[in-house]
Amino acid sequence: MMQSKLFALFLFLFFSVGVQAQDDLLSLLGEEKPKKERIKYAFKSPRVINAHSMEFLNPGTMDFRILHRFGTLDQGYKNFFGLDQASMRMSFDFGLLHNLMVGVGRSTFKKEVDAFIKYAPIRQSKGPWSSPVTLAFVSGITVDGLPWADPTRENYFSSRLAFYNQAILGRKFSEGFTLQLMPTMVHKNLVQAASDPNDIYALGVGGRLKLSKRMALTWDYTHILVGMPETGFYNPLSIGLDIETGGHVFQLHVTNATGMNERAYITETTGQWGKGQVRFGFNLSRTFQLKKPKLD
Amino acid sequence: MKKSLFIFLLGVCITNLATAQKFFTKTGRIDFNATAPSSPENIQAVNRTVTCVLDAANGNMQFAVLIKGFTFERALMQEHFNENYLESDKFPKAEFKGAVANNAAVNYSKDGTYAVTVKGKLTMHGQTKDVEAPGKLIVQGGKVNATASFAVLLADYGVSIPGVVADKVNKTAKIEVACNLEPLKS
Repeated sequence: MMQSKLFALFLFLFFSVGVQAQDDLLSLLGEEKPKKERIKYAFKSPRVINAHSMEFLNPGTMDFRILHRFGTLDQGYKNFFGLDQASMRMSFDFGLLHNLMVGVGRSTFKKEVDAFIKYAPIRQSKGPWSSPVTLAFVSGITVDGLPWADPTRENYFSSRLAFYNQAILGRKFSEGFTLQLMPTMVHKNLVQAASDPNDIYALGVGGRLKLSKRMALTWDYTHILVGMPETGFYNPLSIGLDIETGGHVFQLHVTNATGMNERAYITETTGQWGKGQVRFGFNLSRTFQLKKPKLD
Repeated sequence: MKKSLFIFLLGVCITNLATAQKFFTKTGRIDFNATAPSSPENIQAVNRTVTCVLDAANGNMQFAVLIKGFTFERALMQEHFNENYLESDKFPKAEFKGAVANNAAVNYSKDGTYAVTVKGKLTMHGQTKDVEAPGKLIVQGGKVNATASFAVLLADYGVSIPGVVADKVNKTAKIEVACNLEPLKS
């Protein structure tokens, strides 16, 4: 009697092992601790259209960008709706750290060279100690390359220079929607007329709305708050479509700005949307991996 | 007679406990390769944070891997892998639940190399499919080295390859698994 009970007990023990093994094996390792994770891919490129975006290049990559802006559409067929005229900027941007990048470019407009450094002390993330927004700062310089307007007077190299400082406060609200604000200050050492201000303060808004996996609607607008010259200049607005193919990002857009650096597009936009003085343009971005992580 | 039965059962129980050892790792490795034959660049990635648990008693085996943990040579490829193909925000993990089909042939308490077949269900990109893979278990010094290799048809898991990259990204991906499993102390 006693033995049969024991027998049953052992039988039970024997099978209990088998039963236990049916459980979720991975749960034996315990729950994974939630980790802080950066929110990535808020924009497909470090630029919205003209403006810097809250996104950075991956460390070890170089972004070769070719930007084109054609003439205004209102010229009609005579100039093939502006396509007969083109202005371009070519640039090389480098991702140094996940939150640090530098870049240099040259525009045909005013034969201007520009360079910038962009750093984000805070990046949007989720998990413990995360931030709901990205905060980035950009600081840049532009050098006008045109011959002096009046060679007879004494000219200084510093007159060619302009500077800009910009903060970017952005958030990827969902997989498909990103919005950012860019308070910006541009300082020009030399201005056209004595009455023109040297310092311009502006607030930019940029965004992206994903239409499909490989297409997105983008826009950036900069509203000049203080320092707009009295006549002839307007706030730049660009609306575009990002199309991603394997290794390229095409940014097709319409804009009223000609310039493709901060000084030029913020302070020297002469086109008016209301009058059809907008132009077709495209940015072509090709990313090269300079430093490859080891896969072995 | 009853005493001998008792001892026999005790013996069975103890050996059962001894072989009911479980093995695990959190640093397993998976190599992913979807390079098309004519592709000028390698579409391959590695993940070194694979979690795996193997129950020696019945051969049950489970894997879990974070899609974001795959590293590609080119960051842009990694971005597309996460954003456009595997959609890692929506489907952060791939999981395998299965078993060593010929577990009886493996003696986990004796050093040796055993050819095995692993069968089970692979869940990836929100889709679950049956997979079967030939593999190898190397038992050495109380640890188990497990390797296997198989191919998955990406379309089976709802991953579509657009025409523009069809010459680069293969329709099937080769998956190689390598785990050094250590005894799990419970």
